[in-house]
Formats: sequence, C-alpha cells, structure tokens
Amino acid sequence: MKSKKISKNTDSLKVTNIIICGVGGQGILLASDILCTAAFLEGFDVKKSEIHGMAQRGGSVITHIRFGAKVYSPLVEVGKADFILSFEKLEALRYSYFLKRDGILIVNDLELAPMSVLTGDREYPKNIIDILKQNGDVYLVPAQNIALELGNVRAVNVVLLGSLARFLTFKKQVWLDAIKENVKPQYVDINIRAFEAGNRE
Amino acid sequence: MKNNNRKILSGNEAVARGAWEAGCHFAAAYPGTPSTEILENIIKYPEIYAEWSVNEKVALEACAGASFVGARTITAMKHVGLNVAADPMFTIGYTGVTGGFVIVTCDDPGMWSSQNEQDNRHYARHAKIPMLEPSDSNEAKIFTKMAFELSERFDSVFLLRLTTRISHSSGIVELGTRQEISLKGYTKDIKKRLVLPAHARVLHQRVEERLKKLADYAEEFPYNRIEWQDKNLGIISSGITYMHAKDVFPEASFLKLSFTYPLPEKLIRKFARGVKRVLVIEEGDPILKQEIKSLGINVVGKEKIPLCGELDPTVIKKSFKKPVYRPDIAIKEIPERPPVLCPGCPERGVFYVINKLKLIATGDIGCYTLGALPPLNAMDTCICMGASVTNAHGMDKAGGKDINKRLVAVIGDSTFFHSGVTGLLNAVYNKGNLNLIILDNLTTAMTGHQPHPGTGKLARGEEGKRVLPEDVARGCGVEFVRVVDPTNLKETEQAIKEALNYNGVTVLVFRSLCALLKKPKPYLVVDVENCNGCKLCLRLGCPAISLKQIPTKDKPVAYIEPTLCSGCDLCVQLCQHNAISSAKKD
Repeated sequence: MKSKKISKNTDSLKVTNIIICGVGGQGILLASDILCTAAFLEGFDVKKSEIHGMAQRGGSVITHIRFGAKVYSPLVEVGKADFILSFEKLEALRYSYFLKRDGILIVNDLELAPMSVLTGDREYPKNIIDILKQNGDVYLVPAQNIALELGNVRAVNVVLLGSLARFLTFKKQVWLDAIKENVKPQYVDINIRAFEAGNRE
Repeated sequence: MKNNNRKILSGNEAVARGAWEAGCHFAAAYPGTPSTEILENIIKYPEIYAEWSVNEKVALEACAGASFVGARTITAMKHVGLNVAADPMFTIGYTGVTGGFVIVTCDDPGMWSSQNEQDNRHYARHAKIPMLEPSDSNEAKIFTKMAFELSERFDSVFLLRLTTRISHSSGIVELGTRQEISLKGYTKDIKKRLVLPAHARVLHQRVEERLKKLADYAEEFPYNRIEWQDKNLGIISSGITYMHAKDVFPEASFLKLSFTYPLPEKLIRKFARGVKRVLVIEEGDPILKQEIKSLGINVVGKEKIPLCGELDPTVIKKSFKKPVYRPDIAIKEIPERPPVLCPGCPERGVFYVINKLKLIATGDIGCYTLGALPPLNAMDTCICMGASVTNAHGMDKAGGKDINKRLVAVIGDSTFFHSGVTGLLNAVYNKGNLNLIILDNLTTAMTGHQPHPGTGKLARGEEGKRVLPEDVARGCGVEFVRVVDPTNLKETEQAIKEALNYNGVTVLVFRSLCALLKKPKPYLVVDVENCNGCKLCLRLGCPAISLKQIPTKDKPVAYIEPTLCSGCDLCVQLCQHNAISSAKKD
C-alpha cells in the first residue's frame, strides 16, 4: 500500500463511519468486534450492527460500525462511509455506494465466485478496482497471501484490520488489547502478527 | 469488553444481562433469528434455570408455570414464534402473573432471516398486554429489568419488543449487580389461574381496569420523554427508528416513546401542543400514527414513509426529500450472492435426488430451505414451521394419485420436533399417503447449532433423554420408517423411490451430522485428463465446484477449490468419468 498522510478521521467531535463487508465465513464479525472494542477503549461512544442467520451461509455479509462523541443510529448512511473494508472484490463493489466522496476503500485482493458465476449463468465483473477508483481511494491488500505466509489463512481478517488501522489514530496498545479481548488465548499471537503485517502494508 | 462497569453488548446480550440482574429464575425459548442469543446468553448465568424448549408455545406455557410458583421468568422468540405461542399468551394476559413474567418478541423488519414482516406491536393491543420498546442495548438491559418489576407491580405479563437492529446491534451498556429475589411460593387460586368462563369474565374486567392504570403509569415512565429543541418540528418515534430519526433531524424536538402500549395520551398532547408540526416516524405498520390521530392530533407519518422493509437514516431522508449523496457506480449488474448450502452439507444429496426425480416437495423452515435455490430447485413450498407435513397431506388428499406418487414433504430434525409431529399424527390417523423426509443433521443448524430432543443434550450441554425422530414416527403409528445415510446417493435415491411406491404414510430419516460440526475429510481434486466438462457435478450446487478454462483442453473442466471442499465425495459418486478423487491417497 502506498504511503499516504493519515487524515484525522477520528476527530473526537465527528462520527466515523466504517463498513466491513465480505462473504459469510471470512471472519468479518470478529474483525468488527475488535474494531468496536478498540474504539471503546479509545473512549468513544460506539455502535455496531450486523446480521446473523441466513446471511452467514456463504452469502454476502455487511457490518456497520460507527464511533464518535455520541452515536445515535447504528447504521451508516448511503454515501457517508469514511472507510469500506472489504474482504472480497465483488463485495467491495456491491457496497461501494456507502462510500463518501473521496472516502477510502481497503480491498482484499481476492475473488470468490457466487453460485450464479460458478454455474456459468453470470460473469464475475473484470475491472472492479478501476470502477472503485472512480469514487474513492482504493488500497488493494494481498491479505490472503500475507495470512498464508504467516501460516494461517483464517487470520486474513486481522491482516485487513491492520491495514485499516493505518488510517485511524488509535494507540497501538489499544489495538493489541482489543485483539486480546476478542480472540482465544491460543490465537492471540498469530492475530497480533497478522495485525502487524497488515499494518505495514 | 469491560471498562469498569461498562461493557459493549448486543441488544440480545443486554436482555440476558437485564434478566440476570433482575433476579430471573427461569428461562425457556426455542431458537429463531434474531432472538436466539437471548437464551444463549442466559445459559451463561448459572443462577437461572434455562432450557431450549421444543417450540415457542411450550416455552411460554412453561414460563407461565414458573410464574405460578412465584419465579421471575422470561421467554424470547422471533416475531413468527409469537404466533405459535399466541394461544397461551392471550389467556396469560387475563390471568396475570405471580412471579414477574417477560415475553421478548424480536421482529425482523426487512426479513433478513424470516418469512414475513409482521409487526408484533399489534399483539400488545390485541392481547391487551403492555409493551416496552428499547432503542439501544443499554435500554434493552434497563427495560428488561424494569419489566420484571412492573410485571409484578401491575400483575401483568409484559411484552418487550426488539427488532433485528436492536437485537444484533451492539453498544455500551452500564452493568449492575444481580438482585436476589426469593421465590414467592405457590398458593392455589383458581379464580386467577383456571379460566372457566365464569372466572374469565371477571378477569376480563380486571384487564380493562389494569390497562387504565398502565396508561397512567406510561405518563410518568421515565423513558417516555420530551426533548425540546426547535419547536417548528416535532417528531414522535420509538425503538431503533428513534435513533435513525435523531441522525436525520438533529435540530427537531422529539417525543421518544419507550412504553408504547398503552400510550401516554397526556404526554403526546403536551408535545403536540408545543410544536408547530408533528411527524410520526415508525417502522412497519402505521400504529402510532393511527392511535395519535385518533386523539384528534394532526400528524404526518406513513403517507411519506415506506410500509415495507426496514427503515434506516437513508430511507427516512429520502422519505422527507432530504438530499442523499449516492456515488455513481459504473456497473449496473452486480451478480447477487445469496446464501448457499455449505460445502459438505448432508442435505445436498437428498435435494439432488428430489430434483433428479422431478418430485414435488413441500418444504419447511431451516437452512435446508436453501435447497429451493438453483441449481437444486428441490422445493415447491415453504410457509411456516411444520407446514411441509400438513401442506403435503392436503395436496395428497385433494390432488389424488397424480400428485401423491411424486410428492414428498421435507422437514429438518429440529423443525420436526417443533411442529412436525402433530401433522404426522394427523396424516396417519386420516389414512393419508404422506411421504415425509426428515433431514436429521443432529442439530438446529440455521440458528447456530442448538440442541433438541434428537441430540439428547440439554441447553448447557448436560445429558438429557434422547428422543429419536424414527421412534416418534413409529409411536405415531407409521409402519414404513427407515433411517438412511444421505451421503450415499444410490441408497438415498433407492429409499425415496421405495417410499413413493408404498401405500400409506412413510417416514425416511436421513441422518448425517451438519457439515459445520464434522471434521472435513481431505479435499478432492479433478483429474483434468479424465474430465470432459459434462457439468454433472455442477448440478450439486456445491460452492466448492466451478468450471475453469485450462490451456490443454478446448472446453472448460471442473475445478474444486481446496479451501472450500470438505471432501464429502458426493461429486465423486456422481462423476461418470472417474475424474474426481481425494487429494490425499489412502
């Protein structure tokens, strides 16, 4: 990821809006929980909204996270997301209408074909990143490869969270504490390494 | 996440916490999205007896029994679950309570995981039971706690209404400690609990008097509050919609309603007098609007806001013609990604056979409803829990041989115990030709793997008494009962054909553990030399199998994604060209 001056998106008076999306089973809910905990530890009011049930059977998944001095609705408005963190390219496209003008999209460099594409009825769009670039700054993260190099492909969620963390002004220790709060003790190490690897990207 | 006495909790976790703090003794529920995590979290508090009941009616009646002996008790269910439990609820509305009794209904506007969008605020009015509606997790905890106290104070069961965006949203909650409440004990009182017409007539009078007292209390309920700001615009709202509306109209005056049945008339009139124009912003049906209009107050509401679907800040903005920036995305057709049966799902083979034999299949509620989607296309109907059995019975009786020789009913194990048994008994008794397929994956999979009688495990994982669906079927008088392994395609097809040829009721139990609970076998690989691209394996609708163009072949061949494949080998059984095998040779 190219270096960019980090904007003050976590101004304490403003509500920061984040969308995390991807495919059911990719660990989106855990990433959302860690982010939510970190915002809480930073002293923000925070709300998170997610969908369980049917949506988790390999379907499209979206989580809304909002934090700031005072948060009312748990849902991000269309065209108001400061960040979209997508675990899959097609899902980044699907929810890109949430992005504010010049918002930031962090996208896992991964394509997962939905059933209609698997059966050959539909085509997976080819130029997703170009389309996304028309509406915001796009950072493509090879999170899958990074997680594989770390020896656990399931850590891809925390790699991506590390990439998002570059744009937020949370203290490093807060992220580490938030990870410890949300993962089982035996997975803390791998997740901290995943976070740091993503944070370098 | 703890920070002294503050913690991030979902609405459902907050309800569980509230019940615990209120000294609740007894909890019973049947899982259903978005309500499931309420009992799942109550299970974590050892002070509360907690059980997964076989359905919502059973749970509510058991809670009523617990209240009879003076226990504080709670049940939670999804909106349609309250239809199942409505029968006892209406009469408990008459009898009142001994120990505080709270019924939580979790509605699902937007139908994220439901078959209808019913607005259960109607039930409060219909059953004359008071209702509280929290707007976030912190209120969910506070209101749960208050509901127990108010239930005892007013001798009335209380409804607590959440929606998906309360249940499954998280926020910061102030934690308290548990208040130990001793059991009141049992005193016989047939005028209260035995609703002979003579008793019920008196009880009904009492219900009407109680409603007046509750309406007076609603006026002083601390969370029914006026927030005076700009008096040109006043907004009346409740639940999650209040939060959305605060974002859309930050300058307006608000009347936030939390005790929403019966409504505080005086407070509403006071608010309406204080502002120039009143908007009622509510999700679902125009209930607040109609009741407030009937007070003679001129309000604008549902004529601008959609009746269907979930509200959010964007929908509210659009309803009132406020500008919304929506980035223009240079592609219109984005392929949908509906949920699918998991790789290795043991139900897949049964659906493949139903599709292959071109059967009519009445369906039911669970993740197996996904068998209806392409390419399996193996389900014709889905109405409510248990309806696969009874719909098929009606189709059999009215449709005759043309229909019943190619008709099966498909139900999950947990659904069968919930409300399939009575339909099966009915078909046997009425000499039907029902062919019932029970997909027994040994769990309640859809809602996150809760136990049921067929698992023999109790809510906290302790051993219970195991009851098998085949034994229930035999007990109902079914003579043709077989247990079949659905991971064997040939046996599956053979069993279904035999059942269809049998005169009378048949039950096939296809038993194989849910793929999410099984250890995956080594993944499968395609031998591209043998694969001729016939696409037969694609008809399984397995998310791990796709087609791939490779340089050495002129047409695309099958490809199996190793990170998804569970090694279930249905595709191996199907392949006519010996082109699929395990990556790891034995």
